[in-house]
Amino acid sequence: MKKLLLSSVVVLIGFTFIGRLSYLQLFRFSPDQILDDPAIKKVYDYPERGYIYDRDGKLLVGNQPAYDVMVIPREVKPLDTLEFCGLLGIEKAEFMSKMEKARIYSPRLPSVLVPQLSKEDYARLQEKMRHYTGFYIQKRSLRYYNTKSAANVLGYISEVNEWDLKNNPYYVAGELKGTTGIEQQYEEILRGRKGVKHIQKDRFNRDIGPYKEGKLDTLPEQGKEIHITLDKVLQEYGEKLMHGKRGGIVAIEPKSGEILAMISGPTYDPSLLVGRKRSRNYSKLHYDTISKPTWDRSILAQQSPGSPFKILNALVGLQEGVVDANTKFKCYHGFYVGNTLRGCHCGGGARDLNPGIYKSCNAYFAGVFRKIFDKYETTDEGMDVWEKHMKSFGLGNFLGTDLPTGAPGRIPDKAFYDKWYGDGRWAASTIISNSIGQGEIAATPLQLANMTAAIANRGYFYTPHVIKSVGNNGTIDPKFTEPRYTTIDRKHFDPVIEGMRNVYHYGTARWVTVPDIEIAGKTGTVENFIRVDGERMQLTDHSVFVAFAPVDNPQIALAVYIENGYYGSRYAGHIASLLIEKYLKGEITRKDLEKRMLEKTLEHEYAKPYSGEPFKINEYVW
Amino acid sequence: MFGKGLFGRLDWVTVILYALLVFIGWINIYSTSVEETHTSIFDFSTLYGKQIFFIGLATLGIIFVLFVESHFFERFASIFYIVSIVLLLGVFLFGKTIAGATSWYDLGFFNFQPSELAKVSTSLALAKFLSDIQTDIRTGKHQLYALIIILLPAVLILPQPDPGSSLIYFSLFFVLFREGFPIYYLGILIFAVVLFATTLMFGTVWVTIALIILTLLFYTFKKASVKIPILPVVGVIVISILFSLSVNFVFENVFEQRHRDRFALWLSLEKDEGKLDEIRKTIGYNTYQSEKAIESGGFTGKGFLEGTRTKGDFVPEQHTDYIFSSVGEEWGFLGTTTVILLFSLFFLRLIYIAERQKSDFSRMYGYGVISILVFHYFINVGMVIGLLPTIGVPLPFFSYGGSGLIFFTMLLFVFLKLDSNRLKDGI
Repeated sequence: MKKLLLSSVVVLIGFTFIGRLSYLQLFRFSPDQILDDPAIKKVYDYPERGYIYDRDGKLLVGNQPAYDVMVIPREVKPLDTLEFCGLLGIEKAEFMSKMEKARIYSPRLPSVLVPQLSKEDYARLQEKMRHYTGFYIQKRSLRYYNTKSAANVLGYISEVNEWDLKNNPYYVAGELKGTTGIEQQYEEILRGRKGVKHIQKDRFNRDIGPYKEGKLDTLPEQGKEIHITLDKVLQEYGEKLMHGKRGGIVAIEPKSGEILAMISGPTYDPSLLVGRKRSRNYSKLHYDTISKPTWDRSILAQQSPGSPFKILNALVGLQEGVVDANTKFKCYHGFYVGNTLRGCHCGGGARDLNPGIYKSCNAYFAGVFRKIFDKYETTDEGMDVWEKHMKSFGLGNFLGTDLPTGAPGRIPDKAFYDKWYGDGRWAASTIISNSIGQGEIAATPLQLANMTAAIANRGYFYTPHVIKSVGNNGTIDPKFTEPRYTTIDRKHFDPVIEGMRNVYHYGTARWVTVPDIEIAGKTGTVENFIRVDGERMQLTDHSVFVAFAPVDNPQIALAVYIENGYYGSRYAGHIASLLIEKYLKGEITRKDLEKRMLEKTLEHEYAKPYSGEPFKINEYVW
Repeated sequence: MFGKGLFGRLDWVTVILYALLVFIGWINIYSTSVEETHTSIFDFSTLYGKQIFFIGLATLGIIFVLFVESHFFERFASIFYIVSIVLLLGVFLFGKTIAGATSWYDLGFFNFQPSELAKVSTSLALAKFLSDIQTDIRTGKHQLYALIIILLPAVLILPQPDPGSSLIYFSLFFVLFREGFPIYYLGILIFAVVLFATTLMFGTVWVTIALIILTLLFYTFKKASVKIPILPVVGVIVISILFSLSVNFVFENVFEQRHRDRFALWLSLEKDEGKLDEIRKTIGYNTYQSEKAIESGGFTGKGFLEGTRTKGDFVPEQHTDYIFSSVGEEWGFLGTTTVILLFSLFFLRLIYIAERQKSDFSRMYGYGVISILVFHYFINVGMVIGLLPTIGVPLPFFSYGGSGLIFFTMLLFVFLKLDSNRLKDGI
């Protein structure tokens, strides 16, 4: 016993130790320790973010340097505080409190003393910097905007949030990431890939050299430049025309589906969301819940399309063979649903297709709509056919653009009405409003522009997109170069387009023609209501216009939607004609009209429902 | 006896194990102290360079010890002991203070720590006393003498303050146990430690209740034929309760806050997570960092000179007391178990050698050597891997330090010298 005591103790100790070591090194060990190893710091080398150019190679977004003044409190030597504050452009008290903050954060690690110096301050400071030990200047890169427009398309970059960090291991807290628009959609192309250096640290967090001689380090990969389809000139011009107006404008090149302009009013200068003033400006924009400048109306506002939608009903009627170009419907300054007369402003009389379109006759299209449904035994069948045709124009669903937001709009189907009215309790006459673009259908300006492009192409369209090319490589996602065919045969388009052309000659837009350019268009005037404090009130009609030009070789198809602009040609028609002229001719010949459109605002209309006073709608007040 | 036979009679297994431990130790000291700009391993301005110098000194010591006549150690044991005690006393007057402890003499090129020398001389003195033909360890008087020999240096070292070294002398009880000191004393000691820990953890009331329940259970289930008088048992319980009460008193009034914190951490006494965290970051910082470093080594380790926490100096005192954490980080589980196995083999071999001694003195001295080494090893590794509270003792042959290495070596080689002479002793 006594001879074995010490040996047993030795063996027992050995087992205990090995047991504990197994627990520590085998059980508790995890291979990704390097991630939380306090001894290894990852230092990132960020490549420059890619530039963004417009369709003609004009710079839209670049980068600008910004200079942060950094401090390592421990290394600071006594200095002429007053002179230094003068150079930095801050008060002494502020300087002292910032120094104290930095010291509390860490005496050994750098802190930002003054963020984002202007170039002038930097230039002054740079020469004197060597007098101030413990301070240095760190260069950072910020976005620079070469335009005051297209904020809604370009988007902005901001610090990654919790969600990004959890879902994308690439990002580290504090990094920047495209948050909306193109910056978000083409984030990976624009940002490139950051390089990583692993630095071995000691317990005071000081660098003591590269970890494993840099074997794990990577070099940064440059961000690529991209060209987008926007036309800088057209976009900027359109935004000027939108001054004081709410609504959306989208212009598309029909033969490619490229979006030439995408305007949302009101909008903001993209430079507001850069640098030191970003967060204050963002709050201001974000909390404007009435005019919603950050809400991109061009692709998010889903509203009744109004009369432009009549064109589609005509096309469906022709395709289904229920009418031809000469089929006439009688207009009694309106049409009857049961015993109720629904009004029409076309002037009355027997209308066939051509005047039906250019006079925008409600009775004609109600008749066509009924005939489509009459062709089929049941309303349900008719509804399915109608829905299929409508959806083939890219309505009622997301278009699949390369923008991170969007709205589907709405093409109602039989399930929708079964739910609303009950199965078998509705018929074509119940939903007759859809024939004239009111009713339950809804579309975004982008969808209307795309629909117009499909008409301009006589039966097909390309998925609208904003990407033109990436880097030196011209190819883009093949889904943007494949035509999407509508369910309407090519031959049916000619009579309809003739009607749209006549809109300018004899119809609702005969006051807004553009010299020397043949345009096909369609006006729209959309009744609309809002609720304020639970009370439903009707507001001045929305002014809507779709058009493409030139008729025989369409270069541009657009939709203009001006909220509360009253009848179609009043605002939307004028703006559309100016944009077409600008795009096709490069300059405006009708200077008076241009001046009027640039100056007129609709603020008085937007103020009406919030004034608390009774107000009149649809006034002819200029 | 100085003849050609010496190297033949030396126990080479032990010598090789010793050399391996010193070598592995040096490798790790190198790893903890090497700089990017290092020049030569013989650069004496570096820790690893100095350690090579100490290894050289130790080798000189070995040669000296091997060429001294065996009986010299036995004959002069008492003198050594007295000299050591004088040196320990002298440290209070002439000592040099390093890291708050006045434990060193400044010899210019070298800081000499007399408590290291005293380990050798106390082992020798104890062996000498016990092996004396007139000593009978079973008598209370001689037990007391033995205790005095052991505890005198411990008491002198304690106020330096160096509680770690002081504690080491208690390891010499193993010598007593081997030589017939009643083993139930060990039982009492263990019982006292258990009482101490449980009182801190659960409080006197629960300890008392547990004691009474255990006693009742014992009486209920013991064989009827076994008669155990009630009175002594009650006496034991009363003494235990008094001890338990005194634990609280000592803990609250004699211990300093840092000691209390160490126990709080070790026995998980502190329930408040916030405070526990605070303790971990202050008093438990070393242990926390060392455990983390060992843990991060995993099975195979990060490789020689690749230990990120070692390089970053995250573990304080890593080249001395925490050297084992460097093994853990850079060589992993394979490395740590290898070192544990080497130490275990080394000790078992020494025990085997001790048992084969014909001379009582040699055997007793051998046991002294083994006990001291095992105790260092147990406390040091136990602390580094987080099993024991922080007690500053070096890992024999491994830790950086001249006094340690040289006196551990002397301690060992005096024994090997005695062993090489064992065949002559019996005559």
